[in-house]
Parts: sequence; C-alpha cells; structure tokens
Amino acid sequence: MIKHLDFEKPIIELHERIEELKALNGNMSGIYQTELKKLNAKLVKIRKEIFSSLTPWQRVEMARHPNRPYTSDYVKFLFKDWTEIHGDRRFSDDNAIITGIGSLEGISFVVVGHEKGRKITEKVKRNFGSAHPEGYRKALRVMKLGGKFNLPIVCLVDTAGAYPGIGAEERGQALAIAENIKEIAVIPVPIIVIITGEGGSGGALAIGIGDRIYMQEFSVYSVISPEGCASIIFRNQEYKKEAAGYLKITAEELKKFQIIDGIISEPEGGAHSNHEEAAKLVGETILKLYQELKDIPRDDLIDKRIEKFSQMGVYIEG
Amino acid sequence: MKWFQIRKKIGKESAKKEIPDGLWIKCTSCDEILYKKEVEKNLMVCSKCNFHFRVNSAFYKKLLLDEGSFTSFDENIQTADPLQFKGYVKKIEAARKESSLSEAVITGEAKIDGRDVEVAIMDFSFIGGSMGSVVGERVRRAIERASKQSLPLLTVNASGGARMHEGIFSLMQMAKTATALNKLKTPYISILTNPTTAGVLASYASLGDILIAEPGALIGFAGPRVIKQTIKKELPDGFQRAEFLLEHGLIDMIVSRKNLKDTIISLLSHLC
Repeated sequence: MIKHLDFEKPIIELHERIEELKALNGNMSGIYQTELKKLNAKLVKIRKEIFSSLTPWQRVEMARHPNRPYTSDYVKFLFKDWTEIHGDRRFSDDNAIITGIGSLEGISFVVVGHEKGRKITEKVKRNFGSAHPEGYRKALRVMKLGGKFNLPIVCLVDTAGAYPGIGAEERGQALAIAENIKEIAVIPVPIIVIITGEGGSGGALAIGIGDRIYMQEFSVYSVISPEGCASIIFRNQEYKKEAAGYLKITAEELKKFQIIDGIISEPEGGAHSNHEEAAKLVGETILKLYQELKDIPRDDLIDKRIEKFSQMGVYIEG
Repeated sequence: MKWFQIRKKIGKESAKKEIPDGLWIKCTSCDEILYKKEVEKNLMVCSKCNFHFRVNSAFYKKLLLDEGSFTSFDENIQTADPLQFKGYVKKIEAARKESSLSEAVITGEAKIDGRDVEVAIMDFSFIGGSMGSVVGERVRRAIERASKQSLPLLTVNASGGARMHEGIFSLMQMAKTATALNKLKTPYISILTNPTTAGVLASYASLGDILIAEPGALIGFAGPRVIKQTIKKELPDGFQRAEFLLEHGLIDMIVSRKNLKDTIISLLSHLC
C-alpha cells in the first residue's frame, strides 16, 4: 500500500479521480476529455499550493516520507556497473550505510549513503538507517579507497541519527564520528555531499564533510530532531512542531545561512512521487559539481574544504 | 548504583537531612557527610569513595597551569543569536551572571612546568558546557595558534553536547574543530571530565593523541536516558563511565585529579 501524509490527501484523492476517469478511456467522449483536462489543471494548482506553503514540521514529514527514495534507489537509477563493498574490516558490516563504486556518465564514483530500508524486514536489517560505529568506519575506509585510486566521492545523507545503543557506545560511536569528520576532510579527491532526506546531527555529519554540500528541496538538516529539542528545551515532545520552526532546518534556511551550497529541486509533489525523476535531478547536480571540482589541485581542494568549515558559525567579535 | 538512581536518591535524602550551610557537603556518590575544607584540600575529591566532584574552569586553571602563567585569548568573541531562538538571549545573560564567564570555554596560552602550551578549558556551569559558535571558534583558534607556534595543545572537556539554540551552526562546530586538527602536528592531550558527551566528544575532545579521563566521569555519545528509551532495557552498571571506556579500549588512561598535572608533565616531556 502506498502511504501518504495527511496534507497530501487532496492530491491523492484528485489523482485517484483522474485515474478512474482514465480507466473509462475506451469510450472517452469530449465531455470526459474536458473534465480530465480540468482535473489535471486542478492537480497542478493544488500541488503547487500545498508544497509551496509547507510548515517546517510538514517538511520534516516530507524528509521522513516512507516512500522517499533511498541510497539504493539512487544507485539503481544513476550508477552503472555498481559494485557494493562491505564491512569495516574491524567488527562487522553495518547495513545502515551502503558503500560501493559505480559509474555515472562514464565516470567512476565512490558512493556512500545511509539506507533506511523500505519493507519492515529490510528496515530491521538496515537499523532504520541509524548506523553503529562500524558503519562510519566502513564509510571512511571506502572513501579512503576513493582517495587512493583518485575516484570522486558522493555521500548521500539520510538518517535520523547515529544509533544510541549499548554496542554503539562500547565500540566508540563518538570516536568513530570524530575520526570520520577529521579524516574525510583530507581525502584528496572531490567530495560531493547531498542531504537526501533527514540530516540527523552527528550521524549525518560523519559522512557530511565535503567540497560541496547540497540539499534536496524537501530534505532537512539539524543538530537535533524537533522531538528531541522539544523534550529538552520545552520539556515536552508535543512542542515538536514549534521546535521544527525554531531550529531552522529547511534547505532554504540553510542556504541562506551559507551552511549548504545549493538546493536540488524535486519532482512535482516531492521526490517520493517520482523516484526516477528525483534521481535524474540528483545525477545532473553530481555531474555539474564534479566538473567544478575535478581540476582543482588536490592540496587546494583540501585547504578550501577545511577553510569552508572554519567559516561556519555566527558570533560577535568585539 | 546507576547515576540516575543516585540523582533520585539525593533528591529524596537532601530533603530529609539538613546539612548546615557552608561547612559540610555530602558526597554525591557515597552519601558520606564531609567537612568542606577537607574536601577542598583534597581537590574536591571524596576521601571515602574517590568521587570527583564537578569543578569549574578556574579550578582546572589553578590545578594544571603554572601560577600566573595563563594569558586569555579571544574573550572578545561573544555569543550571537543566529536563529533568534526563543529565550536564548535571556539564557545567555543568565548564564553569564551565574558563571561569571563569557562563554562555556576559556582559551589561551600558559605554562605547564615551565613549558609553553595552548589550552582550552570548558566550563559546565555555562549552559552545560554546550558548544555553540563561540566555543567552536575559540577552540579552533586555539588549535590554529598551537599549529602555527608548534605548541602542544591541552583541552579540558566538560560538556553536555551541542548548543541547541544555535541549531545547525552548533553542529558545524564539530566539523570546524575536528577538521582544524588536521593541521596540528604537535602533541594534543585531551582530558575528559564529568561529563563529556555528544557533540564535543564526537569531535575535538575524542581526537587527542592522548585521552585521559577523570575517575567516574560520564563519557558517551548519546545520553543514558536516550539509550534507555531507545533499547527499552536497563543499562549495565557503570555504563559510559570512565572505567567502562578504559575496559573497552576507548581511552588511554584514568588519572585522579591529584596526579593529573604530573601525568601531563610527564607525557609532554616524552612527546615534545
């Protein structure tokens, strides 16, 4: 069953009516045709209305949409000759992060991305996209492979956060994240980061260091989930909608803050309504950014990357 | 006994037992009533159970740095309110008053046993030692000065994590500090005190060449409450305490407060 969000209801209903009408295709007379045209126009209008005025909380819901494309979908639509690489060679293979090599328009890329899993059994296998330390260590290992063999890197970020569990702490979750941030910064190949869904705090940042940071239109990126913020600051999770607003986590806001470099538009109705089209738009951006970065001398690339993050933050210098 | 149980217990007992103001304090861990002057003489450590009371940045400055050697830097970097987050300005004002500090970290240059060092000492009393833009920038500049002048770096950490009121800017301080460490070629010693958690631990605090924890310090990525809610199970005894981390190979050593300076001096003499 296709799941949808509450505010998507008018769109879904209209869509169903259009489909019903189309089913009568055989004896479609002029009246039907006119009606169909009218409904299609209405659909475009409603979509525009709904998606141009989403609240911050609705955007969080969009970013977490159960039908939103995941790393495996982008790999399927974009990267040919895909070879997945497994394991951190330390402890295990964390399925919450997918790593591998594939070819986009004839260029080999290392791809690293969170994977939430679609069906329930897969979600469990993927731990809902929340990685353990071994996931981050696998990511770093494979990204270094990119550095060694001069393959540009694409990171697709979509996680509620690094997993808060006993094993994760025993194996050094914080240490794994810290080491990733530090060491990814000096990998001598172009690194393109795209937030595709939820950019959940340190778990996102651990594969979020790069030369260009882009967000898909309806993704979010935040230091803490709105629920977490509400429960800590307002002592009540019910304030999650307000917290989503206060935290300023949408692509537009983060572009304005110069935390991200650009926004990738999504198909009408969001990435989940058309995976292939969403992937196409992501692929075009990757290629454009790769062209910008590929000829920058490697030392400059690293210096600029560190400089980029050293500029982030707002303070008063009196 | 787990830390959250300890807390509960204190809440209950302190209501029952009246402790005369000022002269006596009760150990947070073993409940022993201690003569305050004795505890102070013992570097705020319980003489009965070795519990290390939380102390502020001024205490560590006195404990670790040669007397009068500290020169503060970047005090002029002050907190802004980039998100115009509800209540943040007032919170900062209150924190300044309560702690007499301008932010949650002091940074500067000092001498340890006559040796020049760059230092960053966090203070939990300023909004839980949380890291916002000011903490990130002061620490980054301390790292940069250490790199440029080839001085060893010492950080003393105490933090609940990122400063939520600065949203994404706080998160990016993890990136700012951790990536800056790539340029540091001199020894970096990181002291993890109670507590060092979340964003600070998941960035520069974990990246020391040497990681030293104080006994009993809570050190972890996620808070125990969050983990308990997630896994819906009781947490093992001593979970996320310094001793637990040592056992799991995550830190280099646990050092009592009274031996901390000597340990640092000895390490620096080997590494520098």
